[in-house]
Amino acid sequence: MIEIENVHKSFGSLEVLKGIDLTVRKGEVVTVIGGSGSGKSTLLTCINGLETIASGRVVIDGTDVHAKSTDLNKLRQKVGIVFQQWNAFPHLTVLENVMLAPRKVLGLPKEKAEEIAVKQLTHVGLAEKLSVYPSRMSGGQQQRMAIARALAMSPTYMLFDEVTSALDPMLVGEVLDTLRMLASEGMTMICVTHEMKFAREVSDRVAFFHQGIMAEIAPPEQLFDAPQHTETKKFLAATH
Amino acid sequence: MFSTALTWSDLAFLAHGAGMTLAVTAVSVAAGTVLGIVFGVIRFQFGPYWSAPLTFALDIFRSVPLLIQLVLGNALQSIAKLGWPPFTTSCVVLSLYTAAYCTEIVRGGIDSVPVNTRRAARSLGMTWWQDMRYIVAPLATRVSLPSWIGLTLGVMKDSALVLWLGLIELLRASQILVTRLQEPLFILLLCGAIYFVISLPIARFGRYLEERWSPND
Amino acid sequence: MFSYTFHWNQAFRALPQMLDGALVTLEIALLSMAIGLALAIALTVFRLSGNRVLSGVATAWVEVARNTPALFQIYMAHFGLGNFGIHLSPFTALLAGIAFNNAGYLAENFRGALKAIPETQARAGRSLGMSSLQAFRYIVLPQMLRVAFLPATNQMVWAILMTSLGVTVGMSSDLAGVTQELNARSFRTFEFFALAAVIYYLIAKAVTLAARLLAARMFRY
Repeated sequence: MIEIENVHKSFGSLEVLKGIDLTVRKGEVVTVIGGSGSGKSTLLTCINGLETIASGRVVIDGTDVHAKSTDLNKLRQKVGIVFQQWNAFPHLTVLENVMLAPRKVLGLPKEKAEEIAVKQLTHVGLAEKLSVYPSRMSGGQQQRMAIARALAMSPTYMLFDEVTSALDPMLVGEVLDTLRMLASEGMTMICVTHEMKFAREVSDRVAFFHQGIMAEIAPPEQLFDAPQHTETKKFLAATH
Repeated sequence: MFSTALTWSDLAFLAHGAGMTLAVTAVSVAAGTVLGIVFGVIRFQFGPYWSAPLTFALDIFRSVPLLIQLVLGNALQSIAKLGWPPFTTSCVVLSLYTAAYCTEIVRGGIDSVPVNTRRAARSLGMTWWQDMRYIVAPLATRVSLPSWIGLTLGVMKDSALVLWLGLIELLRASQILVTRLQEPLFILLLCGAIYFVISLPIARFGRYLEERWSPND
Repeated sequence: MFSYTFHWNQAFRALPQMLDGALVTLEIALLSMAIGLALAIALTVFRLSGNRVLSGVATAWVEVARNTPALFQIYMAHFGLGNFGIHLSPFTALLAGIAFNNAGYLAENFRGALKAIPETQARAGRSLGMSSLQAFRYIVLPQMLRVAFLPATNQMVWAILMTSLGVTVGMSSDLAGVTQELNARSFRTFEFFALAAVIYYLIAKAVTLAARLLAARMFRY
């Protein structure tokens, strides 16, 4: 379970998160929508401790993420994240990209790491690309590789930060299909996204962020068809 | 604080050496740049295949120690009975050395001008020469300037080697004072400081030009 | 116009001696590169340390190495250290001067290479649970090496060319030194130095070629 309690976060004088409360249960898929600068991406990096927070708490399965005593490297094995910019490691082949963390972080033997990597890459449809360098692949393929790379650590939770925003429109579908598959397999996910149709399909709940505040959270039918908050209405009207 | 036997006339001697360094550098960079532009345009215009002999010849100047080049240049002028003084020989060798590096800079600069920009110029009815003069030259100069400033500073440092032909430039002047006064560290530090002082305005001037030109982009 | 007769035979007879000199040249260049690399790594760490004194020392080193003649740096080692009662042999002074120069240029090269790797790469590693050391070791460093490799091989060629400066401080066993000794005995300046130039050229080209082959093997992406 991910429990976010009254989280505040600022960059300099700009307050990007103004007291966020959100609880995500195991097996739940929560999507976060909202305009740019609404703080939704920052929330994800605060959840896995890539960013520090000013006040509040993030607790994952009983562990306070931002407590000094927390071993963040250990915690991050449990919480996978995929970014808008896929950040493929250009000097490693696709297989090596996925094998690296299981080998060096989990300390698995080469054969075992390779077995896991092949399994995950097959899962996202890249079984043919094992010995290819990322620069030879499309953005969509690289993004699916990044997803496999995160999954190879067998995380309990997955965070997706606008994973289709940097892709050519033609390539968005293949990545969303991968996310749909994960959702249907019962993975606990928080997805920040601009794809409204996708959000409506996969989410158990949809959260709308506005200027650092979670203005509204509800099941997709309710949020999309009968939004309560005026800002939500404005946002949905503008994006349709 | 500390005492030194260095006199005002010794300082004047050092300044004279620095003047020689500047003179050799100025002549070599000027001549080397002109040659470099000519060679660079030839290399670009004739393509890698036809300009291969030129490329090879220029590469020699970058792959053989400058000291050896100076000795060979001096030996050649004496064989040919040209009777050049060391200053002329030094400047000729350093000019060719500069030209070898400058050619690459010029070629890179011309290369950086987009083909479409040049096509646009030609399609307006400009001749090859007009295209080169009014379109390519201004654009390539901006791209090449930082490297060219670097080359100038490099040639100034490398010009120290002309002391081997007997020219008393800054480093040789310092060495003479070191031998006479037996204060090696102090005099060499002074010499190093003078090199810094000479480099600074050149580097500044380069940055000034870069800034002045950049708003037009 | 040329009343001069070339005596190439004399030069060719001295070829074995000159090749021995070439070996010394290569030895100094390689040693100075090894020392320079170690020092450059130290300087890079100093500059990133955040410690004012250490980063000041490193910055000063890099500035002096890049803004004064290499010959000046060799003179500093040869004559300048005499003030402290340290008298280096021509070999040591030459090696020290070139190593100093290499360290300065390589440190600047490393800094550029480090800047060239986007921060998001290390971040991606951290998000997979790697420690910052692991992210540097397995993700940043290998990419940095690729960026730094070509300039480093250029520096190696420079180091070879710089060894010729030893002759000005009395070095007599390297290629330039041997050539100068032969020249002093025979006055066949052009022949001997032309042969030396050819040898320098071949060494420089061989090093460049070897570096390219090595790079093709090491960096496949």
